[in-house]
Amino acid sequence: MTSATVRKRSVKRSARGAPGGGRGGGRGGGPRDRLVDHGAWFLVLPALIPILVLSVGPLLYGIALAFTDSQSGRTEPTQWIGTLNFQDLLHDTLFWDSFRIGLLWAVGVTVPQFLLALGLALLLNENLRFRWLARSLAIIPWAMPEVVVGIMWRLVYNPDAGILNETIRDLGLGDGRDWLSGLATALPAVIVVGVWAGMPQTTVALLAGLQNTPRELHEAAAMDGAGAWRRFRTVTWPALKPVALAITALNFIWNFNSFALVYVLTSGGPGGRTRLPMLFAYEEAFRYGQFGYAAAMGCVMVAVISVILALHLVGRLRGGEDA
Amino acid sequence: MKTRKSARAGQYLALLAYLVFLAFPFLWLISTAFKPPRELGSLHPTWIPKDPTLANFRQAFDEQPLLDAALNSLIAAVGAAVIAVLIATPMAYVMARHRTRLARAATGWVVVSQAFPFVLVIIPLFLVLKNLRLINSVPGLIMVYVVWALPFALWMLVGYVRAVPTELEEAAAVDGAGKLRTLVSITAPLLAPGIVATALFAFISAWNEFFFALVLLKTPEKQTLPVVLTHFLGAEGVADLGPLAAAAFLATLPSLVVFAIIQKRITGGMLAGAVKS
Repeated sequence: MTSATVRKRSVKRSARGAPGGGRGGGRGGGPRDRLVDHGAWFLVLPALIPILVLSVGPLLYGIALAFTDSQSGRTEPTQWIGTLNFQDLLHDTLFWDSFRIGLLWAVGVTVPQFLLALGLALLLNENLRFRWLARSLAIIPWAMPEVVVGIMWRLVYNPDAGILNETIRDLGLGDGRDWLSGLATALPAVIVVGVWAGMPQTTVALLAGLQNTPRELHEAAAMDGAGAWRRFRTVTWPALKPVALAITALNFIWNFNSFALVYVLTSGGPGGRTRLPMLFAYEEAFRYGQFGYAAAMGCVMVAVISVILALHLVGRLRGGEDA
Repeated sequence: MKTRKSARAGQYLALLAYLVFLAFPFLWLISTAFKPPRELGSLHPTWIPKDPTLANFRQAFDEQPLLDAALNSLIAAVGAAVIAVLIATPMAYVMARHRTRLARAATGWVVVSQAFPFVLVIIPLFLVLKNLRLINSVPGLIMVYVVWALPFALWMLVGYVRAVPTELEEAAAVDGAGKLRTLVSITAPLLAPGIVATALFAFISAWNEFFFALVLLKTPEKQTLPVVLTHFLGAEGVADLGPLAAAAFLATLPSLVVFAIIQKRITGGMLAGAVKS
């Protein structure tokens, strides 16, 4: 900690404290700040050490593993093999298939999830009856273990005893099908579950964003005769945009990295049609023991996500210029 | 602001569609859990069991060590929640009150950590915990859950600290109270509800977690509920639907109850009173 940063900080502080009439004498700013710094370290270490040891450390270790031939249960020592894992990955069509499926799934879940959640948030922001019921129900998927969500939807999709096919039969739309085992229907079917499971966080975040919309502006626009769509475009959306961008980027990342839901629903089947990258890497590491290779997959996933995050940041900066 | 009648009707219709979409899987789970085998085998399933039974619950407990699993889940979740909050609260305080480089770095890490594919962290953790002989042990899992819960715990707690006006602390300082005394007697009591909400949220996250538990816990008697639930699915995916639904329903209840308690605090923090009519 250089004295420059301390000085900068104390300047900021006195600026903040000024309107209130200065804080505690103001004179001893320097030494007091340094004391606080010691105290701060003392307060921060209990969390910082576990983070470094169990999160940052393993992450770096994991990246290092990607450049080794580490395997489980092998007696010879692990060796550095340079970029060999990555070269192999380049030619691993199964991995790129799963990568493509991962992107399809992430977009396929994130976009409808956002649109549906936006609709629900707008509705919940209105003064409607049964709003409380919708709010309570919208929260349920959030509280449920992903494994239970997966099991639940397997019961819904069950070809014979499931409610989906029964409803289809009742409506006279045919016999229904085995949704999760069909080559064509498996991915759409799991995407629907993904959308359902992620609705609450998105809805709540967007509802929070809607509160940023100044009500007076809305009313003024209505008095000027602006229709609902125009009011949404000119008043609601500009206020909502930062929240919407942030939650969409996070959702995309979470969805791309998701595991439990699809593991329970299809285990990646049929024929790999729902094998997300995480499922692929999990099998590679813990079924076939290829630690180094699976770590390389993780690195590729991080790299792609970083690019997406970077693009998102650029988009956000640009959005800031507009506003 | 007046909304036309047709628009209102459309809104209610949309709300109804949402209610159906959100509710029907859960209602179906409950319905399945209480159905006797005869009705489960029927080709024309019904929403309401004609002959509701608790047999599925009994069978679920017979088939899998659900009680042990629930106990493991409970220990892991409570342990993770308590430790996470104990170590996160001081750090969150520093992050909220001091704009140091450390605080900025921590905030950055909170964001970045959301982007890790867990597989990149779990392989090294698996190797390290194996060397420490902490594989297949609930304490090992707690360690992982603590770190896993920290980002969000910090995130929530920083918000709660910011909501405590600095003037209160400054007034205490003027009255001659030391830093520690101010923290303990002024700030901590005001933070308490936020700390409880954060702990409960960490509890739910750990209670529901699957991936780490799947990788780290090998033997059935050490496994947590979500992992044990997958045993009901069997190899071919042809499961006994009744016990499966019953066990899944039971596993959800604790987190639903806890979530119902803190729901207002979590969403309330984000919604800031806007949802009240």
